[in-house]
Amino acid sequence: MRTVIIILALLLWPVIARAADPLTVSIGILKVEREMPLPLSRLDLPPDDLGFAGAELGKSDNNTTGRFLGQTYEVTTASASPDDAQSALDTLIDNGVGFVVLMGSAEDVLSLADHAKDRDVLLFNAQAEDDILRTDECRANMLHVASSRATLADGLAQFLMWKRWSKWFLIVGSHPEDEAFAEALRRAGKRFGAKIVEERVFEDTGGGRRTDTGHVLVQKQMPVFTQRAKKHDIVIAADEAQVFAGYLPYHTWDSRPVAGSAGLRPVGWHPANEAWGATQFQRRFEKIAERRVRTLDFQVWLALRVVGEGVTRTSSADPATVRDYVLGDDFELGIFKGTKVNFRPWNQQLRSPVLLANDRMIVSVSPQKEYLHQVSQLDTLGYDEPESRCSLN
Amino acid sequence: MRASVLALVAALAATPASAFTIYVTNEKGNTITVIDSETLEVTGTFDAGARPRGITISPDGTELYVCASDDDIVNVFDTETLKRKHTLPSGPDPELFVLHPSGNPLYIANEDDNIVTVVDVKTRRVLAEVPVGVEPEGMGVSPDGKIVVNTSETTNMAHFINTDTFEIDTNVLVDQRPRFAQFTDDGSLLYVSAEIGGTVAVIDPAKGEIIKKIEFEVPGIVPEALQPVGVRVTEDGKKVFVALGPANRVALVNGETFEVEKYLLVGQRVWQLAFSPDQKFLYTTNGNSNDISVIDVEKEKVIKSIPVGEQPWGVVVSPN
Repeated sequence: MRTVIIILALLLWPVIARAADPLTVSIGILKVEREMPLPLSRLDLPPDDLGFAGAELGKSDNNTTGRFLGQTYEVTTASASPDDAQSALDTLIDNGVGFVVLMGSAEDVLSLADHAKDRDVLLFNAQAEDDILRTDECRANMLHVASSRATLADGLAQFLMWKRWSKWFLIVGSHPEDEAFAEALRRAGKRFGAKIVEERVFEDTGGGRRTDTGHVLVQKQMPVFTQRAKKHDIVIAADEAQVFAGYLPYHTWDSRPVAGSAGLRPVGWHPANEAWGATQFQRRFEKIAERRVRTLDFQVWLALRVVGEGVTRTSSADPATVRDYVLGDDFELGIFKGTKVNFRPWNQQLRSPVLLANDRMIVSVSPQKEYLHQVSQLDTLGYDEPESRCSLN
Repeated sequence: MRASVLALVAALAATPASAFTIYVTNEKGNTITVIDSETLEVTGTFDAGARPRGITISPDGTELYVCASDDDIVNVFDTETLKRKHTLPSGPDPELFVLHPSGNPLYIANEDDNIVTVVDVKTRRVLAEVPVGVEPEGMGVSPDGKIVVNTSETTNMAHFINTDTFEIDTNVLVDQRPRFAQFTDDGSLLYVSAEIGGTVAVIDPAKGEIIKKIEFEVPGIVPEALQPVGVRVTEDGKKVFVALGPANRVALVNGETFEVEKYLLVGQRVWQLAFSPDQKFLYTTNGNSNDISVIDVEKEKVIKSIPVGEQPWGVVVSPN
């Protein structure tokens, strides 16, 4: 049997990289600061340089490559309250920044994208996971490098179905973001054939996050809260506000594993990942930041690598030129998750595998290979083109 | 016969065929499996250091060089006794290296530090450190020994290092995550595999230009799984073998037309390849099925698989 071969002469544009005209690429990083409650575990306290450290590594990686091409990458960072975010963005753009990586809520990044719609700048959403940004409220001047809640939930669901753990006991927090993640989990359950046999709401009644010997109370509260649920294979928590999920493992009434916001978590990145060259990424980051990498750091780094790859391949720092290239068919990027990634043109979401991790180890990586798709296996995760109202490109 | 990047295996191709020794590094097993090429039986196993990956052998066949990645050194073994003679400084996390056709020096890719370390294997001194792109990995040397090519996995370039000056002469942008660089024996072509890009670039080293990009397609295999890593070319340049990683296949590419002629089913997650000195056989390391496959080069068939240690990574064959 003769197998088809394809030699794509068409792809052979000038690939030789010699020091061309010097080019300076200015990238802004803007964090919209909001008051956050303390996490349940002191291990999860956010570092001051969260996200910015990822930018530092992205700049360094881009400059190592840029050195061979006469390209220099500069990064300007800014933090602002939600009220001051627009003027902070204006300042960055006025100072000649062509690309801005945003860390903020869906509301923040949407208002910034609308505010900058007539400016010559390309924005990256590195944090907001809200599906509405990918299904209805898409913006031509904003690319998403953060995975959406639906993508994360689908990644988890595929693995649970592979395990044949199809009966889910869903516990949802009382905050809007908890409900948004719960909705993504319900959708994932329906898509992949799981059944939510029981659903409960865990009310946030406020109070201190951590108390001395608080575990004594937790040990009594959580079993009581989870008792007499219908027969289930796994407990799934939707608790983005971090009120209760961290308490669930080992405290459920029935001896069942926990997933979602605690236990087995679907994440964009994890500091334990060491496959596909990730060890080198982790070590480069740890050398710069003197701490472990968090998902937000990874996603800011990712945005800078998208810019770097776009500039390297087009020899241009023009935001429109880079945008056209990275949204096109020729763009591809290796991100230490085992497969090349590119953008969904209709909603400008980066296709990306989902890591399934416990606190210390990578357990699995989705998409699971049994789930096929006519375009890309990565499109078995999250909202696919026919389910999205966006048709940007 | 010309000196060659395949010096370690090909330089002695004129020697009459006899029993050679195949050495396989087992990344997870921390061992090296020794196989007799005549009987295709495992004749021994010995400790190789922590996380052995890249492996090569001196042109006279007396010394084995092994990257012990988690020990941050290169171990040197005596092939007679299989005992460690000494170590070479390697820089952190050495993964792959290439030996100058003359047998000295050794060029080592240091993934963590974005450098290529040049080590004199006799004096055991570092001769130079050459700054390259992010995550250097693949290492190839031209048959005349004048150029060492390093591939950087995140920068996505093949860097041409002048072995006299230790300066980079040329950089060629290739597809995502270039893993391996291999010259033809006459030095006229350079093959660079891009694992995540899924392609092999055929480069004219004199011009520093890509002349073809080889793509792969196997019915029933998702394109994402076609991840080229190891590349070996027969002495006449006519047959190019490309290991396709999780596709569990080795592609046989025509070295004149650059068309894929055949896919040979081997073990799981095939990464590195090595010829027997007479080039009658090609050995493949299959990391996820813990075995190596033996390919009959002339018949273009897989003739045997041999169980080795845990997660075989690299393979080299003695020249004599």
